[in-house]
Amino acid sequence: MAKKLLLSILKMILLLTAVSIITFALAELSPIDTVNAYIGENSISAEKRAQIEAYWGLNEPAVTRYLKWAGNILHGDMGTSMIYRKPVASVIGERFSLSIKLMFVSWVMSGVFGLLLGLIASAYRGSVIDKAIKVYCLLLESSPAFWIGMILLLIFSVKLGWLPLGLASPIGMTVEEAPLSDRIRHIILPALALSLTGVSKITLQVREKMNQAAESDYALFARARGESKWQFIRRHGLRNVMLPFITLQFGALSELFGGSVLAETVFTYPGLGNVTVQSALKGDIPLFLGIALFSALFVFAGNLIANILYSVADPRIREGGHSI
Amino acid sequence: MKNMRKHGILNRRTLTLIIIALSVIIILAVTAAGFIMDEELYAPHFAEKNLPPSGHHLFGTDWMGRDMFARTVKGLSVSIYIGLLASCATSVIALFLGVIAGTFGKYASGIFNWFVDIFMGIPHLILLILISLLLGKGAKGVAIGVIVTHWCSLGRIVQAEVLALKDSQFVKASEKLGKTKLWIAFHHIMPHVVPQFIVGLILMFPHAIMHESSITFLGFGLPAEQPAIGIILSEAMKHLTTGMWWLAVMPGISLLIIVVLFEAIGSHLRMLLDPYSAQE
Amino acid sequence: MNKDKIILEVEDISVSFRMYDKGLSKHDLTVIKKLNVTVHEGEILAIVGASGSGKSVLAHAVLGILPSNASVGGEIRYCGKQLTNSLRKEKVGSEIIMIPQSVTYLDPLMKAGKQVRGLKGTKQQLEEAFRRYGLDKSAEKKYPFQLSGGMARRVLISTAVISDAKLILADEPTPGLSEDMAAETMRHFRELADQGCGILMITHDIEAALKAADTIAVFYDGETIDCCTADDFRQGRDALKHPYTKALWSALPENGFLSADASELMKGAL
Repeated sequence: MAKKLLLSILKMILLLTAVSIITFALAELSPIDTVNAYIGENSISAEKRAQIEAYWGLNEPAVTRYLKWAGNILHGDMGTSMIYRKPVASVIGERFSLSIKLMFVSWVMSGVFGLLLGLIASAYRGSVIDKAIKVYCLLLESSPAFWIGMILLLIFSVKLGWLPLGLASPIGMTVEEAPLSDRIRHIILPALALSLTGVSKITLQVREKMNQAAESDYALFARARGESKWQFIRRHGLRNVMLPFITLQFGALSELFGGSVLAETVFTYPGLGNVTVQSALKGDIPLFLGIALFSALFVFAGNLIANILYSVADPRIREGGHSI
Repeated sequence: MKNMRKHGILNRRTLTLIIIALSVIIILAVTAAGFIMDEELYAPHFAEKNLPPSGHHLFGTDWMGRDMFARTVKGLSVSIYIGLLASCATSVIALFLGVIAGTFGKYASGIFNWFVDIFMGIPHLILLILISLLLGKGAKGVAIGVIVTHWCSLGRIVQAEVLALKDSQFVKASEKLGKTKLWIAFHHIMPHVVPQFIVGLILMFPHAIMHESSITFLGFGLPAEQPAIGIILSEAMKHLTTGMWWLAVMPGISLLIIVVLFEAIGSHLRMLLDPYSAQE
Repeated sequence: MNKDKIILEVEDISVSFRMYDKGLSKHDLTVIKKLNVTVHEGEILAIVGASGSGKSVLAHAVLGILPSNASVGGEIRYCGKQLTNSLRKEKVGSEIIMIPQSVTYLDPLMKAGKQVRGLKGTKQQLEEAFRRYGLDKSAEKKYPFQLSGGMARRVLISTAVISDAKLILADEPTPGLSEDMAAETMRHFRELADQGCGILMITHDIEAALKAADTIAVFYDGETIDCCTADDFRQGRDALKHPYTKALWSALPENGFLSADASELMKGAL
């Protein structure tokens, strides 16, 4: 068990290294001029420009710069953001603390509703309820996350005026100053947009796994022993669906991150997703690379947690001493 | 009682075929209409700006007086075209890599899985942005971005299918007869993988087109002068607060319909090819 | 115990399934055409037929657990009353129980003890059942994958004695078991029958069936073509009427496999 954990962590480190090389190489090959991002709209002399290039070490060969960058990251220094003029790590830290709230709320919502809807659809398999849930999921799955966000904005903010149009706090107030009620009001719509897209995938998968469980030999035997549909779901279905659900829920972090970029853009929510777009649009390579690496870490950490939880929750691994 | 359905007017086979045919026809019609459309149809007419949907302008007009229905059709055809191109290319990569990973033993599998892990590890949207930056935004960047990021899951399916087939009797027999791995891959494995592959390809499209519109919406995809769905919606975003709901709602629903049609083709084709899924 | 009391009567049962093929063409697959059996109190009745011929479907039909694409004809009566779904709700799991054929019928993620107790069993009943079948107390805490073949078999049979079973449907109880264990299982069935249960055993293993059964019903091509006592079988070929049954008798090892085509017949029943 400990050995397995160590191996997964080692694998994660190797993968992150590969990710850092790939993202660095892609950014290196792109025609973006980092200096332009730094100077913004100002025009400068060629001399000054050369100075800046030398300061950032832009004249050195790419491999040297990669090693320097990677070495610094290991020491906790992710470089300096060109547009925010602040260390990349602190920009990511600040913004992620906003994004993680948004992501967590929608992650929990899509998990809970996905599980519930999946169970209900499977319990009433083939009925109108099942079909309605399937159509609902199909429609949500077929709509881009940002469009769902726009529609929510249109209905709840523009037409009904119940919820704010965007941002994380009322205008003229920082997020820290804003009372909790305001912060909650600002998070509802982006979180809803984000979870709506996540729900359909989880629902469909839970439904599928539950249907498989209901077709299994042990389901047949449970019915032969007089267990009703709901007794079966409670006693056997849930525990058998739980394992794939864990994998699914933690595996959704990649899409959750991507979705948050879209949701934050639509709702001008000042989290990491918003910064991702800004850094890319303005050519802030150090910041963008930092975010890319951070997002990969986020996804891998999710997978790692899923693996650990899985091996704790599955008696065949926990007590059998063999992995599957 | 249960046999009553048997005597319905349409049996499931006919119904499935009709659904597939209708979906294909609608998609082809939209694409063709977009391509042959006269630019005049979605040109600005400032006399008719900000009109809500009506009989004359089905989807209304925008702040420049452009007919949104024509723009949407044009935008959809561009999106379908790019989406199809990208899904085909990425599916071919998935097929190729999946078959190689499945056929050539442990090391090929190991390398394949390693790359899948890497590409699944970075959120697709981040990778798409990066590739779009690399290729200097525009249609090429979007298409290549989608191609690079989307082959993983279909590749895994193909690989699993190949691994399962490898244990089958007829492949073992061929091996005994001294056929090369490549020969077996092309004569025995490909024909069995192809149906799965075709379904996978069609179901790839919704992902491709949605990523394409998302990345365009964020400003990294197609250029602003192109009437792509992502552009239309991103412009609509700016006019959302003024109450011009039709700018966002109508094009979005149209995109939704196209995606659902592709899903319909894919899932119904799967039912035809894999009857087990139809036993319910 | 009243040996004349009929527990289960199955009359002209037929079962068919609606299937779809490649390209979604539809057809009905009839598994049971016409099946008739009667089980009395204290009797073990064995339905013998080739493996894969669909005899298990009978047990599922009695229990009312066929998949939704199945349609059933004919009549099933339990203790003289027509076995309707509402009667099933009352009796299935308590008086009418099934002993499944393998460990895959246990939930892989639930401990054996909890599974044996089921919905209504008490801790005391569980301990009693385990003692009766020589299962160690530690088996209660084991997951199905941790049970050996013999233990799993005894756990499955324990599920029968946890309730007041009157009718036991045993689906292929012997395959995969050693001769000793098969004999032990048959002994357990005999015990249960002697306590007053009616047992319907579905098997393709005619040898095992003969060891315990009172009555043998021969199932072939979707029908029960013959029904005779186990004594008839033991008396020899001449006591049997139906040619297929005669052929089955001849195929038994102690009768020297006289007729090679009997086993062929069994296979052909597929």
